[in-house]
Amino acid sequence: MKQRILIFTVIACAMVLSGCARKAVPSPVPTPTGFGSALVESSGGKQTGAVGTTLGQPVVVQVNDDQGNAVTGALVEFSGPAGVSFDPASGLTDSSGQLSTNVSLGGMAGRYQVTATTVSKAQKRVDLKLEEIALGYQQLVGAELNDKYCSRCHDPESTPERVSNYDNLEIKPHPFTEGDTLNKMSDADLVAIISHGGPALNKSALMPPYGYTLSKTEIQALIAYIRLASDPPYRASGMVYAQK
Amino acid sequence: MQSSRNKLSALWQTLFGDPIRAFGVVSLLLLLSLAIAPAKNHFSEWRHYQNQYLTLIRGRGDAVTLRRHFQGGIQQIWLPEIGAVDRCTTCHVGLKEASLVDVSTQPFRRHPAIPHTAEQFGCVMCHRGQGAATTVEEAHSSTLAWEQPILPARYIESSCGQCHRAPLEGTPQLNSGRNLLAQSGCVHCHTIKLPDGSAMKGTDDPPSLLHIADKTTRDWIYAWLKDPQAYAVTAKMPNFKLRDADARDISAFLIANSSPLPGDASPVAAGQKAPDPTAGASLYGESFCASCHAVQNAAGNVVGGNLGPELTRIGTKVKPEWLQAWVRNPRAYDPPTEMPHYRFSDQQIAVLTGFLLNKTDADLLANVHLDPATPEQIAHGKTLVTEYGCASCHQIVGIKKPENFAPELTRIGSKPVTQLVFLPGMAHNLPDYIAAKIRQPRSFGSALKMPQYTFTTAQIDALATALLSLTDRTQNLPAALTVPSVPASDYQPAGKAGQLITDLACFSCHRINGRGGDMAPDLTWEGSSVQRQWLFEFLKNPNTLRPALIRRMPKFNLSDADINVFTDYIMTVYQTPAFDRDSMPSGGYPPAQVEQGKQLFYSKYACQSCHIVDTKMDKGYIGPTLTQVGSRLTAAWMYQWMKNPQALRPGTIEPNRNMSDDDARALTAYLASLKGSGKREAKQ
Ligand code: HEC
Repeated sequence: MKQRILIFTVIACAMVLSGCARKAVPSPVPTPTGFGSALVESSGGKQTGAVGTTLGQPVVVQVNDDQGNAVTGALVEFSGPAGVSFDPASGLTDSSGQLSTNVSLGGMAGRYQVTATTVSKAQKRVDLKLEEIALGYQQLVGAELNDKYCSRCHDPESTPERVSNYDNLEIKPHPFTEGDTLNKMSDADLVAIISHGGPALNKSALMPPYGYTLSKTEIQALIAYIRLASDPPYRASGMVYAQK
Repeated sequence: MQSSRNKLSALWQTLFGDPIRAFGVVSLLLLLSLAIAPAKNHFSEWRHYQNQYLTLIRGRGDAVTLRRHFQGGIQQIWLPEIGAVDRCTTCHVGLKEASLVDVSTQPFRRHPAIPHTAEQFGCVMCHRGQGAATTVEEAHSSTLAWEQPILPARYIESSCGQCHRAPLEGTPQLNSGRNLLAQSGCVHCHTIKLPDGSAMKGTDDPPSLLHIADKTTRDWIYAWLKDPQAYAVTAKMPNFKLRDADARDISAFLIANSSPLPGDASPVAAGQKAPDPTAGASLYGESFCASCHAVQNAAGNVVGGNLGPELTRIGTKVKPEWLQAWVRNPRAYDPPTEMPHYRFSDQQIAVLTGFLLNKTDADLLANVHLDPATPEQIAHGKTLVTEYGCASCHQIVGIKKPENFAPELTRIGSKPVTQLVFLPGMAHNLPDYIAAKIRQPRSFGSALKMPQYTFTTAQIDALATALLSLTDRTQNLPAALTVPSVPASDYQPAGKAGQLITDLACFSCHRINGRGGDMAPDLTWEGSSVQRQWLFEFLKNPNTLRPALIRRMPKFNLSDADINVFTDYIMTVYQTPAFDRDSMPSGGYPPAQVEQGKQLFYSKYACQSCHIVDTKMDKGYIGPTLTQVGSRLTAAWMYQWMKNPQALRPGTIEPNRNMSDDDARALTAYLASLKGSGKREAKQ
């Protein structure tokens, strides 16, 4: 029986969760030629991607010394929960003190905490924790709908390619990452405001109704996305949550 | 020795000594052997998981419901039409239990919400693996007997692509993989047959090399062949990793083989540099060249569109006379080009080409020193061009496009693992094999011809996803189960207007009757939408209706005669059958109705959140500016649009407000009253 369980665990890890079988031979960990005392994120945190896939942008971290200068040749190792894989999983920082890795998410929708680690000269561990979000099918559809219909008003971030309308609105909507506000709204509230517009919840008519534009399934997909994007994470009331 | 033999014979004696006893013992043995099968069943893996599941749900609040749903024993989904015999639900017991949101251990996780159910399609159709197996290992892993292991989650969208040939919402990876297959030249060498019998077509447009010597120099060809991405980071041509001597000989052959383009190449004040260095940059900007062409800026970012080639180092590539002729009329050199024929004056051509020719990079050709080509080199170049299959993509004088130059990929997603040659240390599965082949083709042998691309990991995953969707099943599915792609339209407008539409390459950006790009609005019903006078003015001097857009309609410097041809054609031919554009008056609505419409605009429908009417007050930045919409759109179009925007333009993001007739009429009255000041609308 023990053996059975063992076999199962191994296979489950290798096959059911994605990405594990990605790298057949792990590359050896290189020997560091430099040491820093701080680890900072350059880019790549808080990305979203479909379950199991590689994130669009690499995660780039930088090792600095006490004075805040970039350190070349410092060893950085990446780790994450089961199913998450890194390419490369470790390496030495380049001449600008940075190391970049491609992150592949696990097979289950949700938030994944990934950790970058370096050791200082005094052998002290320095950790940097980043969060990435894996979207399941429903959330993926929601993310696409959000991108098409909602984000121009709800996301304040503006690029020349895509100018945000947020600043132009007299009453400001909340970005869907604002869990403090959105988590207080029930699923029924969200269906109401998305289908019938702001006035359905005594809010501003600047929030248009989408009940005749989007199907019920699409509105459910949007809600699934909003629930996953919110920070702090959403927890449905009345649910018993198992501890990890 | 002796004693053990004695013991054995004693045992024999006890068991089979007399016939009755012997009968009893044999019966017992028979019974035992009959019990093996049920015992195996009893101790089987799946029973273990079912028991584990029952323990898991025991303490839960929803235990009663879950227990009621639970069915013990081997479960099976049998769908003869698609050949599914899937017993996965024997262990994956919680698959349909919505309340198991908090359970993350397998095999008890509920299935995430998707548009299909397991009853419809089974499990293996999407996840692959062995449906009939009842042990973990046989179901999930590739064994000798079973070829198809479970598909890793990162490629799961490939399974959607077996039935869905059309782009699908919710499968961005598959969609992007298919686009990459068509854009990156893969299908020029590899045949991919689709279930309808057609072959997948490339959407890239590799340039013809018939007249290459008119366009560029041998030195540039050499540098390009050695490393296309050194010339332009966005270059689509992959790197063939040619040796110096091979690049030397191919460049020699291509130049010697090129035939001069007949016709007048009369240079415009040849070599003249722009009189005012800023004039070129502003003409480049005003002509919206950047909507299609990118340039890498000092920070290394590539800025601009990707419809045409990157122009960062164009001055190092092209011959000045060629560039002038090209800017004058690109269709003379390349008739099917996607670049419009701008009607530039000689002065403008000089200014623009002067500006472009200044975009040089001395480093690119600094180390290229080629001696004059010898006949042997030229002959060897021709051999290499044939060997590398250059004519699969490019037109070359005297060389035919090779048939089936590379292995066909029509069923690559079902290729048995036993037919693959893996590299040492590689995981033995099809997805990893495909990804490795795309990532570094030559690592499988330096004599292989497949070139090196510069794909990112995400792009390689997308490509592998698209390839894994090409399975035996893809080819064999009953037609009723497939969702075919929309066939490409070959719509071609007739007459003088048709010629103009081709000459100006309108289809590069606009879609009409199903043909064309999506950078700019669909014009299929433009004649019902706009007023004639406005259209004439717009074609004469286009400017954007949407302040937030950076891609804009360029000014083609059309003659009034041409504009009239265009305007007449659009107004008469591009009309919707759904309503008559003259069915509502363009003005003269009662002031009370106009005022009511204004109220509705600002309060009930809050249109100002996306649109601007009063430039001082409104700031909406998503939809088009409406300051003069009464001079632009027909009243009937506005009314119908308000009633149901998606009916007029499928996919538009304007929400359908389910408006009453009265509200729509009042809003139309208000919008029709917005005639503007007579000056051009929406100039930023
Ligand atoms: C035209 C701009 C605009 C668009 C487009 C838009 N919203 Fe809103 N939305 C608003 C505004 C403004 C509010 C705030 C209303 C208030 O607080 O009175 C709002 C509020 C909301 C709220 C309530 C929480 C909050 O932020 O206050 C939700 C949920 C919401 N919108 C969802 C959506 C979804 C989903 C879409 C896309 C289908 C969408 N919105 C598209 C402007 C917009």
